[in-house]
Amino acid sequence: MSQSPLLKVDRLAFERDDNCLLDKINLSLNPGEIVQVEGANGSGKTTLLRLLTTALQPSAGEILYKGQALTECRYQYLSDMLYIGHQPAVKSTLTAEENLRWMVNTDGGVKCADKTNSYVIAGALAAVGLNGYTDVPCYALSAGQHRRVALARLMMTAATLWYLDEPFTAIDKQGVSFLEDRLRQHLSQGGAVVLTSHQDLTLENVRTYSLNPQAGQTA
Amino acid sequence: MAQSTNSGYSAWLKRDLLLAYRRRGEAASPLIFFVMVSTLIPLVLTPDPARLAMVAAGLIWIMALLATLLSVEALFASDYQDGSLEQLLISPQLLPMPLLGKITAHWLTTGLPLTLASPLLGLMLSLPLSGYLPMLWSLALGTACFSLTGAVGAALTVSLRKGGLLLSLLVMPLYMPVIIFGTATISYAIDGVNWLPPLAILGALFAASVALCPLAVAGALRITSVH
Repeated sequence: MSQSPLLKVDRLAFERDDNCLLDKINLSLNPGEIVQVEGANGSGKTTLLRLLTTALQPSAGEILYKGQALTECRYQYLSDMLYIGHQPAVKSTLTAEENLRWMVNTDGGVKCADKTNSYVIAGALAAVGLNGYTDVPCYALSAGQHRRVALARLMMTAATLWYLDEPFTAIDKQGVSFLEDRLRQHLSQGGAVVLTSHQDLTLENVRTYSLNPQAGQTA
Repeated sequence: MAQSTNSGYSAWLKRDLLLAYRRRGEAASPLIFFVMVSTLIPLVLTPDPARLAMVAAGLIWIMALLATLLSVEALFASDYQDGSLEQLLISPQLLPMPLLGKITAHWLTTGLPLTLASPLLGLMLSLPLSGYLPMLWSLALGTACFSLTGAVGAALTVSLRKGGLLLSLLVMPLYMPVIIFGTATISYAIDGVNWLPPLAILGALFAASVALCPLAVAGALRITSVH
């Protein structure tokens, strides 16, 4: 028997109010692979990522993690996954450090080994270019800096599967190249990434997955 | 596994307390409402202590209920908007524990201050001396029930743009037993009857809410977050 892929999506479909948003999504992901989901606005890129994170339940089809159905390995799958969505889950009244500390704490201690160490947190924030902003409340930060707070999770996580929804939004050029470096490093360590972006990546071996635009238009 | 559920509880509790501390003005509004309305009552009804004492127990409870109802709507609203709720739903932890942390934080920032401020209101409403201890006990338990059951309503209406009225309609029937036995506890004590039985029922309601409400909130959030 051949080795089962890290993630396999089998004929996944999603309907909402009798409106078929996604249909027959097939995708397979091995360690070290990156998939860029492409499609027009409203074609269901975010919906697909939310299906993968189990925030949404598919109406048909299934997701296999290391060859197992999610009903059998839900805990392992969720522990091994990191999702950064459209809304970065950053509280504007908390400081950058408090936000990041809370985010890694709620990861349940499985995704990150050294979560309580404030040097690690400060280091992660410095790595995303927020050096000196650790004690600044996030309402005083710009949109791009907000995003960077959320992206700092990537510095601390031990998760293998990353789902990133528009990670480059509001990020400057320097930030983009930094993020690509981090992705490259993650992939070389056997991680896997699914991301949505309208930007062309400079990473090597990016597979693209195009969503069928008609799927969202059937009434 | 046990450790991870535990850390989920304390992480959310600490965060919500910190958030409430950062927005003290907003967090204090139920308490201010509670105190303001009760200063008005002797002015508009009657300053006569004997007549006020008759209605004091009921008034305190109605105000506590309204004050909680004001604040419970916001329990999940901002987490829903900024994506934190989504992160919670896909975390590997058992969902009820972090939710219980959030609800505990809500009670610590609304129910507990109301309970601690209630002797002041008792004074303004000429509550007889024998009613103070039962009032404190019953309010402490009752407001905890309010936070717990209110969270179920808040979870069900979180994705609605204007869920305020619907939330009130949903949770009001669930608040009825609490308010009935809460006022009974105080009025029994004023009448010189044994006030422990109604308080015991409040305790039972609280125990049932602690056990069941976090599960109901988790289920409700799974349903509503689909949209």
